[in-house]
Amino acid sequence: MRSTVNKFLLRGVLLLGAVYFLLPIWWLIVSATKSSTQLFGSPPLWFAGGFSLFDNIRDILTTQDGLFGRWLLNTFLYAGVGAAGATLFSAAAGYVLAKYEFRGREAIFVAILASVLLPAALLVIPLYLLFSQLGIINTIWAVLIPSVVSPFGVFLSRIYAKDSISDDLIAAARVDGAGDLRIFFTISLRIMSPALITVFLFSFVGIWNNFFLPMVTLTDNSLWPVTLGLYFLNSQPSQMNYNLVITGALLSTIPLIAAFFGLQKFWRADLSAGAMKM
Amino acid sequence: MTTTISRPAAPAAPPAARRRSGFTAMKRSKWRAIVLLLAPFLALYVLAYAIPLCYAVYESFFTEKRSGLGFGAPERVFAGFGNYVKALGMPEFTSGVWRVLLLGVVQVPLMLVIALLLALAIDALANRFAAFMRLVSFLPYAVPGVIAAILWAFLYLGGTSPFVRALQPLGVNLDFLSGGTILWSMANIITWTWTGYNMIIIYSALKAVPRELYEAASMDGAGPIRTAWSIKIPLVAPALTLTGVFSIIGTVQLYNEPMLLRPFSPAIDANYTPNMTVQNVAFSLNDYGLAAAMAVLLALGTAVLSFGFMRLSGAMTARKAAN
Repeated sequence: MRSTVNKFLLRGVLLLGAVYFLLPIWWLIVSATKSSTQLFGSPPLWFAGGFSLFDNIRDILTTQDGLFGRWLLNTFLYAGVGAAGATLFSAAAGYVLAKYEFRGREAIFVAILASVLLPAALLVIPLYLLFSQLGIINTIWAVLIPSVVSPFGVFLSRIYAKDSISDDLIAAARVDGAGDLRIFFTISLRIMSPALITVFLFSFVGIWNNFFLPMVTLTDNSLWPVTLGLYFLNSQPSQMNYNLVITGALLSTIPLIAAFFGLQKFWRADLSAGAMKM
Repeated sequence: MTTTISRPAAPAAPPAARRRSGFTAMKRSKWRAIVLLLAPFLALYVLAYAIPLCYAVYESFFTEKRSGLGFGAPERVFAGFGNYVKALGMPEFTSGVWRVLLLGVVQVPLMLVIALLLALAIDALANRFAAFMRLVSFLPYAVPGVIAAILWAFLYLGGTSPFVRALQPLGVNLDFLSGGTILWSMANIITWTWTGYNMIIIYSALKAVPRELYEAASMDGAGPIRTAWSIKIPLVAPALTLTGVFSIIGTVQLYNEPMLLRPFSPAIDANYTPNMTVQNVAFSLNDYGLAAAMAVLLALGTAVLSFGFMRLSGAMTARKAAN
């Protein structure tokens, strides 16, 4: 009897939690269907009469000569290319640090890992000065170069390679005459694919969320990612463009949610949990 | 890239020598792999992490001095720890530091406890409802941080907030954006975004616990709460430590939320958090040396807090295991 009561209580509390997590997203979806005046005149959590979603989408995509579309594309470029690069580079580095023994290996690994502790402010401002001197400030490289370096990706790749690629397999491939590079590209990378997808996805989200770095390194608004663009739209609160900000927010969230839930079966959160075993 | 290519073509070599040359070819292949696979990452790491770090540390020891009347080009002079002393004496900087510490002391434990309870509940239920909860609580993580802040800004803003509007008829006037509440309104945004992410990490650690341990505990007469307290929680302690360290690092660097809420709340100024102060000092005051010193102090503080937390949770786990 007591345990049934407890079970109901537990479910009740969890359901409240679900409401908490879903409510803002529900509000976003509902609000994107409202015109700017309806935003203030209608119940916040329910649809207003009339459906302005498509008008809002058309408005956000055409305002300032379609700058918003450009921002979305930029974000796709930064996040897609950046995450692909981050995945490849960290997989290669993590694999070497897991499977080869050489002097200085641990020192390199600790240095990479320790950089997780560095605050963005410490790196972004020197990067600004450095990129200014290299002449790549205010270009896509100012965002892409820092994005492809993922210390946490190296960390995950190393753990995964260590656990999943057996030394016997590598030895057998060598006996068959395969060189080390070929072993990596044809055998090891395939075995590491769950780790690769995880690193890709988390880097993708990280770069999609990037805000401080482009804020400092990009002044040309045609190069901005969507986060910076929305910040700009949002920082001039005239109630006239609230519906644009909200619709823009919805449009730039959908791809990420789709990526996470589309790839749900493939990415492995427990990888980061396994991280503590080291 | 096969080893045969680099093997010398002398067929008459004695067996021992041939074996050796095969060995060196293997070694060469190994070294080539180490260098070619590690070099791209390391080169970029040096460019994006090592050089900026050294640059910042170097810069933090210099200051620009203007001649008496402020005419002429400023002169760069070695300042020793001058920038550090100046940073620590600036109320704009220190108040931001205290603010994020206060936020962290309250928000991080609260979020981790919720994440832990959520993970325990989902693990215990292990049904379709639990799977639904897992998905739903993780959903906010897939919402970009900047978007989450914008979203909540509207949920806090009088005219569009369902909370404010729901309570107004009852005579309660909520203000989420005033000086007294804004910090906790941000704490809520962070909790909303990260609880599910932390839950997933803790939940994965729970999944890895061998089920026989639970059976043994229930044979010994331990109830579900006792089992959770004495077996499950100690076993997921490393996951809690990891999520704790990440949360501390994130809190010290608070930037997105205050930047996005700033247009809506007069309580947020340009120096609200340390990261904002660093940006402000570097680009509004053009004092890179001072900004760099602040950033170095932040990095040191983060490292001390993270290692302190790791040791503390290590000691607590050890004591628990001893009982």
